[in-house]
Amino acid sequence: MILAFIDHDRGTLNLLCLQMLTFGRGLAEKLGVPLQAVLIGCDPAPLLDELHRYGVSSIHLVKHPWLEDYAPEAWAKSIAQLIKSAQPQVLLAASTERGNEVLAHVGALADLPMAANCVQLNPGPRFQVLRQRWGSSLLEEAELHGDPKFITIAPHIIDATEGKTCAEPALETFSPTLDEKDLRVRLTAREETQSEGVDLRTASVVVGGGRGVGSQEGFQLLEELASVLGGAVGGSRVATNNGWRPHSDQIGLTGNRIAPNLYIACGISGAIQHLVGCKGAKHVLVINKDNAAPFFRRADFGVVGDLHEILPALISEIRKRRTQTGLSSVKCG
Amino acid sequence: MNIVVCVKRVPDTGARMELVDGGKAIETRNLGFTISPHEECGVEEAVRLIEKLGGSATVLTLGPPNAEDQLRDSMARGIDRGILLETDGSEWDPAQTASAIVEAIRTKESQGNRFDLFLFGTESADSGDYQVGIRVAHALDLPCVTGIKQLEVQGEKVVARRESATGWEIYEVMLPAVLTVKEGLNLPRHPSLRGTMTARKKPVERLHPNRVPAGLELLRLKLPPEQGAGAEMLGQGIEAVPRIIAVLEELGVL
Repeated sequence: MILAFIDHDRGTLNLLCLQMLTFGRGLAEKLGVPLQAVLIGCDPAPLLDELHRYGVSSIHLVKHPWLEDYAPEAWAKSIAQLIKSAQPQVLLAASTERGNEVLAHVGALADLPMAANCVQLNPGPRFQVLRQRWGSSLLEEAELHGDPKFITIAPHIIDATEGKTCAEPALETFSPTLDEKDLRVRLTAREETQSEGVDLRTASVVVGGGRGVGSQEGFQLLEELASVLGGAVGGSRVATNNGWRPHSDQIGLTGNRIAPNLYIACGISGAIQHLVGCKGAKHVLVINKDNAAPFFRRADFGVVGDLHEILPALISEIRKRRTQTGLSSVKCG
Repeated sequence: MNIVVCVKRVPDTGARMELVDGGKAIETRNLGFTISPHEECGVEEAVRLIEKLGGSATVLTLGPPNAEDQLRDSMARGIDRGILLETDGSEWDPAQTASAIVEAIRTKESQGNRFDLFLFGTESADSGDYQVGIRVAHALDLPCVTGIKQLEVQGEKVVARRESATGWEIYEVMLPAVLTVKEGLNLPRHPSLRGTMTARKKPVERLHPNRVPAGLELLRLKLPPEQGAGAEMLGQGIEAVPRIIAVLEELGVL
């Protein structure tokens, strides 16, 4: 049996979870075993239908008065206890903050290995996994020893798709035995932040700057371009490490992953750290003084030149065209 | 407050990696090495905490003899001493690494040292396993909060925050504790010249850890297929502006 950890926050599913279930369903079919799910700390009713459509045949509902909100150790201990009776071959989770955290705790409790960010599993006498390193810039083939296998599935390696409808999933309640100590780490409060302006992670146009921008003030030009295009501004790790931009604006392995229609990268050489962050962009335009900048090889469009000259000319041309279009539309009206 | 901050030596990769050793390792002959980014913030946080609260900070790493460079770099930023768990440079899996760290900490504790806080990176830049700090916390029977981007020590307690899709999650744990941190926690300082000089005289203890059997055994590394055929060049300098405009229109951006 394949057991899937359902990552949710107060009943709202993490969408990567549906990709993981799609992956898990494929694995279960290949092995000829059922796909089951473990759900902790929420009312299952609103999720039943969706989990069912994704191919889950049975849900283990973990119930305990202390499990109402997220508590990684207590959640992991519950799963570790469930595994002893349910005996899955593989425990899967999406590679999310909670998915990796809970499975690492389960691995530590069971004294078994855990493999994060896997993209492919080859079960057999020697259970092999293919996993991402360096934010997917490198792949690793590894043998995962021990049973059961604890595995998180890398984001966006598969589209979330529903499976064939089968019987209603069975709902089984599991009551773990917990100590107060298991609650020493738990979510005690939340703060919701109001986002200002265009969100970098969801913007359709992103203007990014790196070493070539040269200073905090230099980003004013990028702000202007983003503003005329209705986009957001981001920076490379060089830009955030130099204090030119806040870390929340970083695009890269240790910052944000962006997925705009167009990414305009200014003065960024294109190190792996950064490329990982903009892999999701549909189109990339690179502006760089150095015609040998490696980023040109990964881009769709390139301009060799100084961003400090090109951006003002580009902004003024866009503004000019906007004014003309504005005038012509007045004429037409 | 006594702090241990654990760091990993990783290559400062450029735009493309090459493989050597039958695909077991990446070519690093022409690369520099750095502290993995999340841990660099761990080092900075440890220095800020002892500057504010007093006490001492130890930096620990598991790696080849040259990983001493990353210990010296940390000490140049204000860490007091280093511990190098010396290996032959081959890959240790996360459980092996955690076991070696636990062994070292127990040795230090048996010599009368007491630690209040253990800092790790949430995941290393290279292998990205997401588990060494958690495994150490279990072995030492300590609470562990992961993915931290803000932390505040209040007496015997730590208030730690991590980002969620809509804001912040807040966790409170009693010390001693293990915290795994992410870049963005702070803006790490650059080592000063004076710091670099002082760091040369700070003590580094070399230990030779036991290697437990691997659970996640590296077989080989593979490069993903290279994407894209290279950029369509639109021209040089401001002469390219008309063609940039044409591209913006074509993509529906204008």
